[in-house]
Amino acid sequence: MNSQFALQSLILRTAAHFLLPLLLIFSVFLLLRGHNEPGGGFIAGLVAASAVALYMFAVDVRSAKRVLRFEPRDLMGWGLLVGVISGVPAVFVGQPFFTSQWLELKLPLLGELKVGTPLLFDVGVYLVVIGAVLLILLSLAEAEGKTDHHHGGG
Amino acid sequence: MRLEVALPVIIPLFFGALTLTLWRWRMAQRVATATGTGLMLLSALWLLAATWQDGILVMHMGDWQAPFGIVMVSDLLSAIMVVLAGISGFATAVYSLTSMSKRHEAFGYYPLLHLLLAGVNGAFLTGDIFNLYVWFEVMLVASFALLILGGERAQMEGAIKYVTLNLVSSAMLLSAIGLLYGLTGTLNMADIAEKLTYAEDPGIITVIAMLFLVSFGIKAGAFPFFFWLPASYHTPQVAVSALFAALLTKVGVYALFRVFTLIFTQDVAYTHGILLWVAGATMLTGVLGAAAQYEFRRILSFHIISQIGYMIMGLALFTPLALVGGVFYIMHHIIVKANLFLVSGLVYRLKGTYELKELGGMYRSHPMLALLFLVPALSLAGMPPLSGFFAKFILIRAGVEAEAWWIVGVALVVGLLTLYSMMKIWAEVFWKAQPEEHANRSAHGSAGSGVLYLTIGGMAALTVFIGLGAEPIYRMADAAAHQLLNPSLYIDAVLGERQ
Repeated sequence: MNSQFALQSLILRTAAHFLLPLLLIFSVFLLLRGHNEPGGGFIAGLVAASAVALYMFAVDVRSAKRVLRFEPRDLMGWGLLVGVISGVPAVFVGQPFFTSQWLELKLPLLGELKVGTPLLFDVGVYLVVIGAVLLILLSLAEAEGKTDHHHGGG
Repeated sequence: MRLEVALPVIIPLFFGALTLTLWRWRMAQRVATATGTGLMLLSALWLLAATWQDGILVMHMGDWQAPFGIVMVSDLLSAIMVVLAGISGFATAVYSLTSMSKRHEAFGYYPLLHLLLAGVNGAFLTGDIFNLYVWFEVMLVASFALLILGGERAQMEGAIKYVTLNLVSSAMLLSAIGLLYGLTGTLNMADIAEKLTYAEDPGIITVIAMLFLVSFGIKAGAFPFFFWLPASYHTPQVAVSALFAALLTKVGVYALFRVFTLIFTQDVAYTHGILLWVAGATMLTGVLGAAAQYEFRRILSFHIISQIGYMIMGLALFTPLALVGGVFYIMHHIIVKANLFLVSGLVYRLKGTYELKELGGMYRSHPMLALLFLVPALSLAGMPPLSGFFAKFILIRAGVEAEAWWIVGVALVVGLLTLYSMMKIWAEVFWKAQPEEHANRSAHGSAGSGVLYLTIGGMAALTVFIGLGAEPIYRMADAAAHQLLNPSLYIDAVLGERQ
């Protein structure tokens, strides 16, 4: 099934199963590391999208969609929504839109943790990038699959 | 901190994202769109009231102070434009609830609509020239997608011209912004304006000004780069056409008004002299192009071009009265032009064609619609007491006072030809008997056209209101022109009072 994307390589397929979670964890690392150090929502989103893309090439489109669980379009929608909402809390403390708001938490084991609206904005960007990249990739792959099938059948 | 300055942008962005998440639920998208555009209109009215009362409002996004951060600025011109965007956005949204087919809705019509409105409002409100470019792009990306929604051959053809020419214009805009940044070291429009008053080399400033003129001129559909407009505007769904006709070119006109009153006023005799020629040529070519057309929406598209000429004329004469006329003309035009497109859509719904030759007899069968067509059509041609009369009257009076006789002559002739064009539509669509062979064509019948009548009626009422209540509208345009002619008001509002 869906053969033209499944490169018939046992090594790649086995590796993809291990690389997928690793790349996803790495993308979250990049996401959280952003703001003060290199990283952030955009680059993290690209890494996460490429992880799923790799899986798609190694296995097939349907499994890649199953791994993703959500429709790419929904990810974009939610990402945009989160991004816009992240600008709103500032208004309630009488500051202009998108002024960063920080919350300092004292956690028992981790020590001091600063959480703020920029992180929320980055999460939004992260989701939009994953959604947009995968929407394009998956649609192209599916269109390819369809024409291929058509030629085979006709 | 003024919340209302950012709301007209935040609201459509939010509802655009919301409708995207509601992709599978058509009904929910429709409800969200009606609510979203309604809220946007309300926020726009709030903004206008606040700007009218308190003068130019500024919001420093993210609390980064000007000139380093991005500012949103609302002077009266911006606020008026945002209100007009709100009105036409709300009207087309309501109109699309019945006119848009399920197929188009399923391909993301509503999210794109909100995104387009966010881009338009962003462009009206930003006080940062690079940010202006970004909003232009937001608007263009959404409009590309809206234009080809449905994917018919004619749409693709129009879209290719539209996309190519607009990309050229964007590239030019970007290089102009780059040059300006190299010259002044800032992107904040108020800061640029202030720095340019001390600039040493007026030659390069004029060059940059011309680059801006060409790039915004393309986007506004001004002579000689207007041909993308009649090639594309008659192809998409009629609600999309109406929204494009109302807003897209006017964003270009707004940008011209902004940069040629705030930034490039060093060599008015030269820059605005060229603008005047552009205005005259735009008026003439537009109206002559329309005379040769026999497709409802193509005629209207060509008339957009000739009307753009009037607005630029107001800017080019650069007297207080002329600017009042320009602002008044924009207000009148957006309402009237959107409405004419909406009327054409209803005619299409009833008769199944846009070709004037195949239409006819609508006056007998739908007298109400005929009346509702006459209001915006006569207003466009400048019949008293409708809105177009006052708009043209102010402009021509300004031309006479400035003793720019040839442009006055052109404006009068073009007004006459516009009347001819509108009467052509009237005679062909409403008055003459419908040709036998097309008599029984009906696309949808009149089912569900109540909402459409309501929107068209509402817009027509606004036209009458602008005409009969010209006094307060005039005063508002007058105040807006006053702000435009005193850039120091804008600069002080953005950068703070300085010694």
